[in-house]
Amino acid sequence: MTSLLITAEEQEEQLAHFMQRIEAEDKIEADDWMPEEYRQTLIKLISMHGMSEIMGALPEKEWVPKAPTLNRKLGIMAKVQDEMGHGQLLLRVTEDLLLPYGKNRGDLMQDLFNGDLKFHNVFHMETKTWADAGVIGWLVDGAAIITQTNMLKASYGPYARALQRICAEEVFHAQHGESIIMALAEGTNEQRAMVQESLNRWWEPLLMFFGPASKETTGSSKQDLTIKYKIRTKTNEEFRQLFFDKYIPRILSLGLTIPDPTLNYDAESNLWSYKQPDWNEFKKIIKNQGPRSQERLNLRRHSYEYNSWVREALSATVR
Amino acid sequence: MNSHENLMSPEYKEAIKDLLLQLADDDFMYSYRGSEWLGLAPHIEADIASSSISQDSMGHAAMYYKLLEDLGVGEANELAHCRVANERKNSILTERVNGEGYYMDTPQYDWAYAVVRSYFYTQAKKIKIDSLCESSYRPVAEAAVKVRMELYYHRLHWETWFKQLMNSTEVAKKKMNDAITLVMDDFGDVFSYGNQKQAIETNRLIGTEEELKENWKESITPVFLALQMTVPFIPEKPIKNGRNGEHTKDLDEALITLSEVYNLDPVAVW
Ligand SMILES: [Fe+2]
Ligand SMILES: [Fe+2]
Repeated sequence: MTSLLITAEEQEEQLAHFMQRIEAEDKIEADDWMPEEYRQTLIKLISMHGMSEIMGALPEKEWVPKAPTLNRKLGIMAKVQDEMGHGQLLLRVTEDLLLPYGKNRGDLMQDLFNGDLKFHNVFHMETKTWADAGVIGWLVDGAAIITQTNMLKASYGPYARALQRICAEEVFHAQHGESIIMALAEGTNEQRAMVQESLNRWWEPLLMFFGPASKETTGSSKQDLTIKYKIRTKTNEEFRQLFFDKYIPRILSLGLTIPDPTLNYDAESNLWSYKQPDWNEFKKIIKNQGPRSQERLNLRRHSYEYNSWVREALSATVR
Repeated sequence: MNSHENLMSPEYKEAIKDLLLQLADDDFMYSYRGSEWLGLAPHIEADIASSSISQDSMGHAAMYYKLLEDLGVGEANELAHCRVANERKNSILTERVNGEGYYMDTPQYDWAYAVVRSYFYTQAKKIKIDSLCESSYRPVAEAAVKVRMELYYHRLHWETWFKQLMNSTEVAKKKMNDAITLVMDDFGDVFSYGNQKQAIETNRLIGTEEELKENWKESITPVFLALQMTVPFIPEKPIKNGRNGEHTKDLDEALITLSEVYNLDPVAVW
């Protein structure tokens, strides 16, 4: 009875050793021992990231058949395909973490459908014009690059490695989006108006993308845990400030207006002050009560169920 | 203007123009239908693979439209987005919807139909491309060599899907057989050159309709024999011949969607 049970003392030692590895910036691998809290934090983070890639394909996909030139059709198709590829890569990483619970990808899909697994706020939004395809590529992917490059050195090896590939591709996505926006911004009055209108609609969702500054806003936040375990190093607010630093000058240089008259840069603190987005709306969105949440989930659920015969057929073939 | 164009008789030029439009419009519509599937395939891996094939096919269409542009027929994007239905030369098979419903709502797309259409179409495309590699029109022969490399994987991919689903559950077999019927009903103009048949064939732009049909049947026979199925029959006379600009309402609807943004301002830079 001595060898099988781990004493409280040994348990503490195990945890201390694990935290030493984290502090030493050692990479944790899928088969390594890890505290439950670490595993849960990773599952929550990576499954949400993965599902967001997959759900994120839907708003952009709306514009693939409508893309206005052969090159744009090729570009946006390639981008949507990449996003599905990111989703696949990340769900695999999640599946390894789920092994001890006997859960798999099918369970993750069910979690998505019943609302236990969330996806990023931006992908709950409606798309209305071709400019949205540009804004998503340029600014949504741009925002994602900021948060994701911060995790390139994440303590969990498989996630860090997946992010290497993802971030490399995200750079192309941002260029693809920027190119769409540049063409519109340098185009006719109608085209310029189209970009401005799109930016006006996406500004708040973009600010929300980084999450609230503190958990008091929404009642919960995983930022403290992800920093404790060296999955990321910066806070939500630091990310948002980085986004402002990088994109505000670019947006203005295209002759566009940022839909926040209070926006102001304080040279002393090196910080931007800005109008807070409606965090109550954010809370609704992440509860799948955003403008397009139910339609997108429904589309995903419906196509998943409508095609279930194919998955059944395939498992019968490989038997 | 290249030396080819200088030497071309008006008849030759008409024939090559028509053939290029058929090839371009086929891949354009095939890719368009594939792009409606994005994000909705039965599993993520299938989504990624078929999306990659749709992209390649759009690339092939763009290449053919560019050859037409080089011939002075019109600007590539304009050819792709502006032409009305009765100027389009794609086969009926490539314009058919994926199933019930609009892609922006909650469509009921049929994966069995996607697999059968893709497999049969890709196999037909391979037969054409092999023949085009020997075309008397050098630019199209050179383009065909490039297409052939990518097509190898497309064909393999869809053949694998076809065999897997035909070898599985009763539900799958039933759906696949229904899809085969639908696809073959529309197969009558796939190998047709329409009104330009004689000019296209005598100028050796590509093999004859009869020859290519035979090659297609021969090429799929081993797969069908292995599955203990009879090789499907290609209808003698198509009900509508897309090569002559005859089309279904499916194409009209697709054209509205695919040119929606372009038509906001056809002379603007997008
Ligand atoms: Fe991505
Ligand atoms: Fe991306």
